[in-house]
Amino acid sequence: MREISVQLVTEKVRDLCMKANTDLGEDVLQAIDRAIEKEESPLGLEILKELKENARIAREENVPICQDTGFAVVFVELGQDVHLVGGNLNEAIYEGVRQGYRDGYLRKSICHPFTRANTGDNTPAIIHAETVPGDKVKITVAPKGGGSENMSRVTMLTPSDGIEGIKRFVVQRVKESGSNPCPPTIVGVGIGGTLEQAGFLAKKSLLRVLGTKNPDPVLDQLESEILTEINRLGIGPQGLGGRTTSLAVHILMMPCHIASLPLAVNIQCHAQRHKEITI
Amino acid sequence: MSEPIRIKPPLSDQDVERLKIGDRVLINGIIYTGRDAAHRRLFDLLKEGKNLPFDLKGQIIYYVGPTPAKPGQVFGSAGPTTSYRMDAYSPSLIERGLKGMIGKGMRSDAVKEAMKKYRAVYFAATGGAGALLAKRVKKAEIVAYEDLGPEAIRRLEVQDLPVIVVNDVRGNDLYIEGEKKYRKE
Repeated sequence: MREISVQLVTEKVRDLCMKANTDLGEDVLQAIDRAIEKEESPLGLEILKELKENARIAREENVPICQDTGFAVVFVELGQDVHLVGGNLNEAIYEGVRQGYRDGYLRKSICHPFTRANTGDNTPAIIHAETVPGDKVKITVAPKGGGSENMSRVTMLTPSDGIEGIKRFVVQRVKESGSNPCPPTIVGVGIGGTLEQAGFLAKKSLLRVLGTKNPDPVLDQLESEILTEINRLGIGPQGLGGRTTSLAVHILMMPCHIASLPLAVNIQCHAQRHKEITI
Repeated sequence: MSEPIRIKPPLSDQDVERLKIGDRVLINGIIYTGRDAAHRRLFDLLKEGKNLPFDLKGQIIYYVGPTPAKPGQVFGSAGPTTSYRMDAYSPSLIERGLKGMIGKGMRSDAVKEAMKKYRAVYFAATGGAGALLAKRVKKAEIVAYEDLGPEAIRRLEVQDLPVIVVNDVRGNDLYIEGEKKYRKE
C-alpha cells in the first residue's frame, strides 16, 4: 500500500487550477491553426487570430485566458493500492481549489441557486472520482465556463431514434446555441448509460486531445459526420458567420438499458482548459 | 475589410446611426460595466422612479464580470458574458438614453425593437479573449454595488477596445445575416 498525503493533493490541485486557466493547450492552438486555413469569412479569420493572440498574452503574462474561470471540475483516478493519509480527499481538493482561485487571481463564480450569494472561494468543486488498478493518483482539473455549459442538454431518446436521432439532436443543439457558447466550440457527446452517466461521459469526452481519433471506428466516423454537418450551419467564429462553428466532436459511449437511448451534449467553448498530473 | 471606426462616448443619435452591422469599431474613453445582478438593481431603481448611480445618456454598458486584477495590473481578464440574460432589463435602459451594449450572443426581439426606436446599437466583443481585452483598459473604478464583487458596476477608461456591430438602428442582425451567408444546405 503506497501512502499519499492529501496535502500533496491540495498543492497539486492549486497549481492545476492556475495552470489550466492561463495556459491553453497546444492541441487547441493547433486546432485553431487548422481552422484558420479553412475559414472563408474575413471577420471569422480576424476572430480566430484574436483567439491565438489572446492565448499568447495569457500564457506570457500568466493571466486568465477568459474571465470566466469556471466551475472547477476535478477528475480523480485513484489507484486502489493507494492509501490517502492526513485528511479527507474531497476537503483536500476543495482546499486546492480555494488556494488556486485565490492565489491565481481567478474569478469566483459559484453562488447559491436562489439568493445568488457568492460562496466566495469558488467551492464546492465538482469531483468525479473513480478507482483504477495501480498505486498512483491521476488528477485532472478542467475549469468549465457557464456560457457554454448553459447551452448543454441531456435527453432520453427512444431506441428507435437510433444514430440518425442522435445526429439530429446534436446538430440541432449546436444550431440553437448559435453564438452563445463562444464558437468555435468543442462538442462533447455522451451516449448510453443512465441520465447522469450520459452527462458524465459527455463531459469526460472533452478531455481527449484535440486532433486525435476516437479509438472506436464507428464513433470516429460518427464524430466526423456530425462535425461536417455542424460546420455547414454557417454559425462561424463567435456566431458572426463562417465555416468554423466547431473544432471537434468527441463521443464516449457505453451500453444502455433495453428501454432507453440516453444522450448528453456538453458544449465547450474554444477555451478548452484542462491540466492533469499523476502522483 | 474596411478600416475600424473609432468612437468615443457619450454617443449621439448621429454617432450610432452611421454604424452598420459588420463594422469593426474601436471604442475610446469611458464605458460602464454591468451584468446580471447589477442590471436587476438598475431595473428595480427605474421601476421605483429613483435615480441611477450613473447617467445613462449616450453611454455604453459592457456585460462583463472580470477576474480580480493581479498586483500591478489595471484590470483582470475581461471578455464579454452572454447577453440574453440582460434582455429583460435592456429596453428600459435604452429608453432612458443608453446608446450601446457590448456582449456576446443574440438579443431578443424586444431589445432589437428598442434599439430601432430609441437609436442604440449592440456590439459583440470576442468571447473568451479576456486577456487581450483587459490590456485595452487603462483605468477602472467601482461606481456602485461593490458587494457584488465581479458583478459590481465599474467605470472603465478604454483605449481602442475592439468590438463588432451586431445590431444597428435599422434592425439588421449580423448573427442572422452572417449565418445565412455561410450556411450550406
